[in-house]
Amino acid sequence: MQNNLFSKSNMKKITHSKGFSSFTAALLAIAIGLIFGFIVMLVAQPRNALQGFGRVLFGGFSRIGDVFYFATPILMTGLSVGFAFKIGLFNIGASGQYTMGMFFALYAGFMFDLPDHIHWIVCVLAGLIGGMLWGIIPGIFKAISNVNEVITCIMFNYIGMYLVDMWIQGNGTMYISSKTRTAYLPASAQMPSLGVKNSNVNVGIIIGIAIAILLYIILDKTVFGYELKATGFNKHASKYAGMNDKRNMILTMAIAGALSGLGGAFAILAPSSIPGSSMTYEPINIIAANGFNGIAVALLGSSHPIGIIFSAVFISHIQRGGTLTALYGFKPEIIDIVIAVIIYFSAFSLLMKSAFGRFIKRHRAKSESEDLDESVPAAADGQESARGVPAGQNSEKVGEEA
Amino acid sequence: MDTFCYLVQNMLPVAIPLLLVALGGMFSERSGVINIGLEGIMLFGAFFGCLTVLSIQNTGLHAQIILLIAMVVSALAGWVYSLLLSFAAVNMRADQTITGTAMNMLVPAAILLFSKMNFNSDGITTSIAFYIREVPGLSKIPVIGDLFFKKTYLTVYIGFLLLIISAIIFYKTKFGLRLRACGEHPQAADSVGINVYHMRHMGVGISGILGGIGGYFYSVGVMDGNINGHTGVAGFGFLALAVMIFGQWKPWNIMFASLFFAFLRTLAYSTSLIPVLNTLKINNTYFKMLPYVATMIVLVFTSKKSRAPKAEGIPYDKSTR
Repeated sequence: MQNNLFSKSNMKKITHSKGFSSFTAALLAIAIGLIFGFIVMLVAQPRNALQGFGRVLFGGFSRIGDVFYFATPILMTGLSVGFAFKIGLFNIGASGQYTMGMFFALYAGFMFDLPDHIHWIVCVLAGLIGGMLWGIIPGIFKAISNVNEVITCIMFNYIGMYLVDMWIQGNGTMYISSKTRTAYLPASAQMPSLGVKNSNVNVGIIIGIAIAILLYIILDKTVFGYELKATGFNKHASKYAGMNDKRNMILTMAIAGALSGLGGAFAILAPSSIPGSSMTYEPINIIAANGFNGIAVALLGSSHPIGIIFSAVFISHIQRGGTLTALYGFKPEIIDIVIAVIIYFSAFSLLMKSAFGRFIKRHRAKSESEDLDESVPAAADGQESARGVPAGQNSEKVGEEA
Repeated sequence: MDTFCYLVQNMLPVAIPLLLVALGGMFSERSGVINIGLEGIMLFGAFFGCLTVLSIQNTGLHAQIILLIAMVVSALAGWVYSLLLSFAAVNMRADQTITGTAMNMLVPAAILLFSKMNFNSDGITTSIAFYIREVPGLSKIPVIGDLFFKKTYLTVYIGFLLLIISAIIFYKTKFGLRLRACGEHPQAADSVGINVYHMRHMGVGISGILGGIGGYFYSVGVMDGNINGHTGVAGFGFLALAVMIFGQWKPWNIMFASLFFAFLRTLAYSTSLIPVLNTLKINNTYFKMLPYVATMIVLVFTSKKSRAPKAEGIPYDKSTR
């Protein structure tokens, strides 16, 4: 009986599930990205390449707290991008929403005077609202006048960045012009730390994971989630079925914006390991990188909320490892290159999935025919048809995935 | 009049990169491939252009000759980099938006890495002046001489030359017609014997060449011949995409659109020199946002009846014919 668990049909169910093929495609993209990174390291500094690469792979394990701390904002922007992907929108504006959320959280942190346990919650909610306001704009533009959301998002990345920098520089309480950065936030506005030594990891990561699970439930178990995915698959068919694609589009972008805004709030409200200080923001007219890293996280997690948790932790892990390569004379930018290559190859996921499906198919067809050769050597006709059926099924499956 | 002269003289070197890159985007999209990686292509071209200048600036060649050599190198670099997109989008039928995003992320990181390891800086700084004080002879023409032949760069003339060449290729040659057919209805184009894959490779390749040159011209006209990985090309690749949509995927409209944007941007960076604007006491940041806000306003009004190529973004599959 126990053998049945690993029987062929069961294995087939696993290897043919959508999650499995996305997972293998992601692994393949990661492998190619890492190999490329290693080659770059070899070219840059052949002597230290091996040690440096070791740090990239395993360096993060020595700083587990930091890995989760830095994973928090990109988890949120990743969820934001991934959620918008489900309805077929490319939310490249996560940076702007992230910056807006960060500003709103900062504003609530400096300007509101609230008791200890409520203040940081209010700040987080302010961040959520800020991001939502900035995310809803591309949704409205897309729904009402059919403006391509990619362009809107990019324009509003710049508009948001300039606005926030101007608002911060114009506010005497928030900004210390001699240090060209914001002042330290009051302790009541900082999120509770999880108490890992030498690390700023805080409750943000737990809230983030809870939100990811919530999104999974929304996407898989609610009517809204169903409509959203249906619109993503085929806009016209879902409209024909009576779904309000415009309303869903605006709602999706509002939620996506809120998620990015939370990311910004989590980043700026994180507690500092040095007492009396806090995270600060420098208004230097540069677009927040965490928004773009969110795209990588979402793609690597195939836009699945649970997959995104793991991909955020993984990206954060190699980023931590990348900063450690400085010990061997490398620069942390090497990780950005690795991430870019991973994204490039995850765009091939479709092809990889079908290639992998074909590989399994061929493999199975071979092994099944061998089995049949052994068990029913006499029935030549039956063997022929038995070999034909699974192959046909497999090719259908592959077609569906594509 | 002096203010106007000043604005035009400063606007043109800014308009040219936008114009060229938007033209590149047009070639790519009219062949059916969305090219969001223009920002990356620009930066890649600019980097190799500046690297070339850096390596030959001490050979004593005339400055404008160096500019031309660097331009050719940047065109080649842009073309090579665009192969990443055409390979993914045409051969592998990958998602074009994602591929473009990856290309945009790769270049700044690569430049920062290379520059930090080799020059111990964020980018390349060259020390050669491409500025033309006045063009002999032509600058004596009243009005026009002041506007177009004084305090300018060679890039302006090359830019307009490339615009004319592009328009001729696009509208007056067999190749242009076939390219446009592939963006509208590739199945129909294929049925009359046009190789859609080949055409799309060409479209993306041309966008790489123009994007690379545009990127280098950005570094000459806007950044004084320098380039760095931090600020990159400041979103010009994306702005060019907006210019292209505003220009409705047509060369001459794109020219007007790019002049419009360049004008707004020049205005934003020279408010202190214009008496009228200076007395208004508006925060300078609002002017810096102006090109982006204007883009949005323009797109709201033009996107409803957008004439986007019908087949753009859809990988061509022969079996769907």
